[in-house]
Amino acid sequence: MKKLQYERPVIQRLNVGVMNKFGNKTEYSPVKHIEGNTVKSLIEKFGSPLFVISERIIRETFKDANRAFKTRYPRVQFAWSYKTNYLNAICNVFHQEGSWAEVVSGFEYHKALKNGVPGTKIIFNGPDKSEADLKLAIEKNSLIHIDHLDELYLIKELAVEMKKRPRVAIRINMDTGVYPMWDRFGFNYENGQAWDAINKIMLNDKMDLVGLHSHIGTFMLAPSAYGVAAKKLSDLALEIKKKYKKNIQYIDMGGGFASKNTLKGSYLQGIDSTPSFDQFAEAITTSILNAGFVENELPLLILETGRALIDEAGYLLGTVISNKRLSDGRRATIMDFGVNILFTSFWYDHKISPAQEFSRYTEDAVIYGPLCMNIDVIRENVTLPPMKRDDHVIVHTVGAYNMTQWMQFIALRPAVVMIDTQEKVHLIRSRETLASIEGNEIIPRYLEKFKL
Amino acid sequence: MRLKKNLALSDSGFVFDPSTGDSFSTNPIGLEIVKMLQTGKDADEIKAQVVKTYLIDEVGFEKDYYDFVNTLTKLKLSDGSPEKKD
Repeated sequence: MKKLQYERPVIQRLNVGVMNKFGNKTEYSPVKHIEGNTVKSLIEKFGSPLFVISERIIRETFKDANRAFKTRYPRVQFAWSYKTNYLNAICNVFHQEGSWAEVVSGFEYHKALKNGVPGTKIIFNGPDKSEADLKLAIEKNSLIHIDHLDELYLIKELAVEMKKRPRVAIRINMDTGVYPMWDRFGFNYENGQAWDAINKIMLNDKMDLVGLHSHIGTFMLAPSAYGVAAKKLSDLALEIKKKYKKNIQYIDMGGGFASKNTLKGSYLQGIDSTPSFDQFAEAITTSILNAGFVENELPLLILETGRALIDEAGYLLGTVISNKRLSDGRRATIMDFGVNILFTSFWYDHKISPAQEFSRYTEDAVIYGPLCMNIDVIRENVTLPPMKRDDHVIVHTVGAYNMTQWMQFIALRPAVVMIDTQEKVHLIRSRETLASIEGNEIIPRYLEKFKL
Repeated sequence: MRLKKNLALSDSGFVFDPSTGDSFSTNPIGLEIVKMLQTGKDADEIKAQVVKTYLIDEVGFEKDYYDFVNTLTKLKLSDGSPEKKD
């Protein structure tokens, strides 16, 4: 007689009359494949945990964003935000789609150059640009976005020293009606700091003020805030034109568009609450188009969208290590991936799908990572079918920030593969080894030996 | 452990405790175990039966079995007597 498929026995009290606003069950079918490749075969070949990137989703999402803006505004340019995910293969997919590079450190700047991005198409943001970084960026004629006055003075000195005229923009922070207001970066619009910086650049005439930049926040759910920011930057550009007879070549709206993830504490699922690219595009382009620019002087609109372009293309495959019961009776499932590689689980309720058949029975569970640290919690409360040791799961929408903010803490970092548009799998980052971690360590000679 | 004798079970996995008015839902294997416990089968007999029917070995099933039995106790479905055949 053929044996039946085993499922862990579960029993739950039925709470009749008590409404659960989140519903009882979120998963109706297992996710056994990603783009034609079985989860099992991917894990067998590359190990568990494993990050999987879908090239098809990246390209489709990019095209959707590009369409949303280009159908509303004549001059649009995306710049790939390196800090969101700077694995070279991923950066190059965006560069193939036409994105420039947006970097926030010397390290990222060098990465972009090495990937083959021309210096003139690199936007250099961030508060920490060393003198060497700035010299290189000036030499390569990159777009340098000035964050503070010390940087402005340094660029001025370097311009004289190098006999070059750096192309610069200033980053402007402002009140757009959302909280928190990101006023730690750049110069404030309302209190006159921005004008002060503009006057210093224009009157000194050692730099070419080519753009205005803002980045109003992260995971923004209100497109109207971008409309306010675009209006303020447009007004500033028109005032500069009036005062200095200088055309501002571009307005850079930065990034911050929300992805389809669900923020912790959010009443609605991310997929229901996240604005579309069309909504962001409508708010931004309407503000610029209505600001009063002459048609042939409309500035280039630059977007540094990161999260919303890559998050959905990323999956994390993992394996159940064990199940246990907590003191209050709740089920706890321990996975082989933790907050060390899934940093975003600190602020998202990531969707988790089992990767094998399951019945209609579910249990409330806490999902823990494998780290011997109390903070290692992936989901505080999730309803999932019973899973046993060695069962696999897929965590969805993990493409943004996890592969840059991941920590080599307690465990080694996993491999990353990309599935191309023909469903072929490519290893784009190998699993770390002890050698990759110890490569930079030096043991002083007197500490090399010991007796126990 | 022994279950309360008056528990009402349906084939779809619905369990009703008439002494408290509480109702429960269990999966097919859970229902099978509850039925075996009701007929007085002990842990070894239940383990043997499950291993014979399902794709699981005894070691794999044992921890799930004791976890399930503890849950039954927590849900007050046990009659409080130790596990013993009648």
